[in-house]
Amino acid sequence: MTESRSGYIREINGPILRIHLPGGRNGEQVRIGSLDIVGEIIALEGGDAIVQAYESTDGLRPGEAVHGLGHPLTVELGPGLLQGIFDGVQRPLQEIASIAGDNIPRGLRIHSLDRERAWAFVPADGLEPGKHIAAGARLGTVQETETIEHRILVPPTISGELIDLAPAGDYTLDSTIARVRDAQGSVHKMTLYHRWPVRQARPYGRRDHGVEPLITGQRILDTFFPLLKGGKGAVPGPFGAGKTMVQQQVARWSNADIVIYVGCGERGNELVDVLESFPQLQDPHTGRGMMERTLLIANTSNMPVVAREASIYVGMTIAEYFRDQGYDVVMLADSTSRWAEALREVAGRLGHMPVEEGYPAYLGSRLAAVYERAGRVQTLEGERGSVTLIGAVSPPGGDFSEPVTSHTKEIIQTFWALSKELADARHYPSVDWVDSFSQDVGIAAGWWAKEISGAWNGRRAQALSLLARDAELSRIVNLVGPEALSSAQRWELEGAALVKEAVLQQSALDEADTYCSPHKQFQLLELVMQVFDQGKELIALGAPVQELAEHPILARVRRAKSTWRSDEGEQLAAFASEVYKAFSALRSEYASGQEALS
Amino acid sequence: MSEVEYRRAKAAQGGLLIVEGVEGIAFGDRVRIRDHRGRKRNGQVIRAAEQETLIQVFEGTDDIDMDNTWVRFLDQPLTLTVSPGLLGRVFNGIGDPRDGRPPIVDGEARGISGSAINPAARNYPREFIQTGISTIDGLNSLVRGQKLPIFSASGLPHNRLAAQIVRQARLPGEATNFAIVFAAMGVSYSDARFFRESFSDSGVLGNVVMFINHADDPPVERLALPRVALTAAEYLAFDLDRHVLVVMTDMTHYAEALREVATAKGDVPARKGYPGYLYSDLAEIYERSGRIRDRHGSVTMVPVVSMPSDDITHPIPDLTGYITEGQIVLSRELNNQGVYPPVDIAPSLSRLMKDGIGKDDTRDDHPRVANQLYALYAKAQEARNLASIIGAEELSARDQRYLEFARDFDQRFVGQGEDENRSIIETLNLAWELLSRFPRDALTRVSETDLAHYHRAGETPA
Ligand SMILES: Nc1ncnc2c1ncn2[C@@H]1O[C@H](COP(=O)(O)OP(=O)(O)OP(=O)(O)O)[C@@H](O)[C@H]1O
Ligand SMILES: [Mg+2]
Repeated sequence: MTESRSGYIREINGPILRIHLPGGRNGEQVRIGSLDIVGEIIALEGGDAIVQAYESTDGLRPGEAVHGLGHPLTVELGPGLLQGIFDGVQRPLQEIASIAGDNIPRGLRIHSLDRERAWAFVPADGLEPGKHIAAGARLGTVQETETIEHRILVPPTISGELIDLAPAGDYTLDSTIARVRDAQGSVHKMTLYHRWPVRQARPYGRRDHGVEPLITGQRILDTFFPLLKGGKGAVPGPFGAGKTMVQQQVARWSNADIVIYVGCGERGNELVDVLESFPQLQDPHTGRGMMERTLLIANTSNMPVVAREASIYVGMTIAEYFRDQGYDVVMLADSTSRWAEALREVAGRLGHMPVEEGYPAYLGSRLAAVYERAGRVQTLEGERGSVTLIGAVSPPGGDFSEPVTSHTKEIIQTFWALSKELADARHYPSVDWVDSFSQDVGIAAGWWAKEISGAWNGRRAQALSLLARDAELSRIVNLVGPEALSSAQRWELEGAALVKEAVLQQSALDEADTYCSPHKQFQLLELVMQVFDQGKELIALGAPVQELAEHPILARVRRAKSTWRSDEGEQLAAFASEVYKAFSALRSEYASGQEALS
Repeated sequence: MSEVEYRRAKAAQGGLLIVEGVEGIAFGDRVRIRDHRGRKRNGQVIRAAEQETLIQVFEGTDDIDMDNTWVRFLDQPLTLTVSPGLLGRVFNGIGDPRDGRPPIVDGEARGISGSAINPAARNYPREFIQTGISTIDGLNSLVRGQKLPIFSASGLPHNRLAAQIVRQARLPGEATNFAIVFAAMGVSYSDARFFRESFSDSGVLGNVVMFINHADDPPVERLALPRVALTAAEYLAFDLDRHVLVVMTDMTHYAEALREVATAKGDVPARKGYPGYLYSDLAEIYERSGRIRDRHGSVTMVPVVSMPSDDITHPIPDLTGYITEGQIVLSRELNNQGVYPPVDIAPSLSRLMKDGIGKDDTRDDHPRVANQLYALYAKAQEARNLASIIGAEELSARDQRYLEFARDFDQRFVGQGEDENRSIIETLNLAWELLSRFPRDALTRVSETDLAHYHRAGETPA
């Protein structure tokens, strides 16, 4: 299928090699030395090519042979992707473990997708020989997991006259299921899978606006800083602040069709956590096992740096492929900083001029190009699909002014800034309500008004301004002490504390609260804001702040989120009316007290 | 090839030696060098080109006379010979004995770099290790296969804490069965002696392998040392089914050695002169901990990382925190107040705690108690700040209560004896003693069932 040319190694400098390979092209894949290591040409210099190796180069010698494979890094796209775990260049890690044991050997030749397994293919209706078939059109479907129907598409580069299409039946990935004759008269055989170069964005019909929020089941995200389906989001934060937790929560509970979790330069155990826990969880939107819609790409921190750079593109290409099938895909990249560092390392070894903190000048444009591949589109087939990209950012020393965070901030629409102070106080998710932002609150508000309540936008704004007041008043307290505050002001502090505890804090480990439906989100917000409003009236009537703040029912308000699950909305509503009753009882008490006084 | 000695050294600087005109040398291979005085030095190929080979010399390149330096390429990677005979022995950073006994020969030579553990072959670590230390067991629990560093600084008792963990660590209800790999990089003689005595006093010396590089030993050797030590640890864990506790001290000296060599090589620095690959390099070391499916043993790491100028954002602790599964942070302030171990709980964290504690592992209320203590401690810190501005007398009754709690917490919960080995149940009961100072309604992180079980309303703890 490909020409193969040979050359030899001239120099080995860690993961970077200088090779002599006539006709080598930028981006071309190579096989290196007796170990048969895989690499990629990243620059041409004089007569030589510079190669980055995806595997450790220990033991290679100058003079060993190198073969150019004639094609760039591609991925295999077809049934068998879901529920799998692949490394940064799409090698299947479960199969590798069963062939090679506990550690990852070098130079393995293995297909990304299982060639033995047969899939039940159902051809699309109305496709007959002789018909014109467009690029990206659907040839048929394979039920890949119980929830996900895998739509077999004509590769985006091919169109023409359908010569024949296989009848319904079981096929392995290599069997031909259709043949198409293009305008030039050449015949293309189609299988259940095709390949696509990872650094090239897959084509679509046209770009569309985001129209609805991605529901993640996390209050601080959905209610306060919404991200749209097809949006770009970032989660920056110092170590231990909760970036991975936020991403795993989104992977678990969001209402996406497909979830692609890319562990890019992070811990092996975090991927194991996903692998072990997801199959036991139920998707609240479909009721099916959560792993059925998930796939993992793992380049853990101890795997070769160069494959880390590739892993993001591999994940993105697979995401686009499911988007092209008309799905809403969420891709989580943990962490884009490790990706950027891989870029930096290679740039350093290539002698590119570092501009800030060792990063090359093209850091910003590379980052933007990755995020640009997210979005909601009309597919070639005319359906709607989206890729939402959420990148974790790991700023050195937690300093958000560093290059990766600051470039990312310019690109994304939703910024979930995690704070060390909140995390240290075990306020989780430690999303900082001052530094975070979402540019899509307007669109989200439309959705909430339609689906949940017209009061959402007002309540959200009210809660945020209460939090802003809290910061202001706390500054005063820290200067002159709490005595300087009026009762109304002290109630504002109590109200803000209640918003934080009863609404913002949400433990991923609390079974009842780990997922919070939009309905429950609004119920809790409404409850807390009602308590605040009614308390304010009571204070105006002369009720002591202390007495209100220590009212036993408030302890129950704080616990409400973990007392009732999302499917227990009625009980929560009943509790809310109990709270309102308690407050109106207090009100009549104080109102009559005032009358008695006058 | 390994028989031939070349006199082709061209330049030497900062622990690096350049050899010219020897072809076909493998990247990463081991090198034996004989200097003009006939002394042997060891090295490793870190850049291999057609005409020029760059060697990192573990003993350093001081006092090298280029014309009389002989280089032999051993045609094999750096290895450690592993066998059950490792236990009880003392080696240097490249695995040569330093206890005066003969080298181990009857074992298998294993490459020290290790290859990445396939995540699909890992098991998630979830077995609670009781260290007997309340701030760890109660609030930042350690589990088998975890990497949990101690972030410390000069003059703080990290070594005493590490030694106490080694002495006391066991699964609840089991006798200790840890094998210990002790990796010391750039440590003082007195610190090394302290550990040796501590191991010997607790009668575990026969279960310990030590790899020691003293402060006055060559820094470049520190680059190989943790890899050699972990090769031993992996062998003990995954071949001999032992549960291995790896204590590494001090990883900051390791990182400094890395910077030294990187600078000499001319690598582009990222922050504070440390090379951009410091993260990946540290990760290669730390990620060798863990549990593996179908293997009985485990590698648990407790590295010591000292924070230069007490700064947790310094690249070394910072990058470590991004790799490890939490950190135990020591505080100078608590230490000055005489609290041992001076664990600052706010920045301390154990990420693997969640699956190792609770009903089936420690006690049902454990996760919520930890959460509640953290919440109260955070409030108490606010009250402390306020008290420092307006005076403690001016505080509200509620804030006064927080202050008292914080004091008791530091003294009684954080503080404990160096020989005090608290069971997890004792730790949790102590926690409830402190929590019981608060009315039930103030404790919203624990459940009502917890309150009914453990809250002792009205009783004032002694
Ligand atoms: N929503 C949450 N609920 C409960 N616990 C949380 C939550 N978020 C974070 N945590 C706690 O914080 C710890 C650290 O979180 P996480 O691993 O996500 O941090 P991180 O920002 O990804 O750190 P790193 O950059 O080092 O990878 C978790 O192990 C967990 O104990
Ligand atoms: Mg993380």
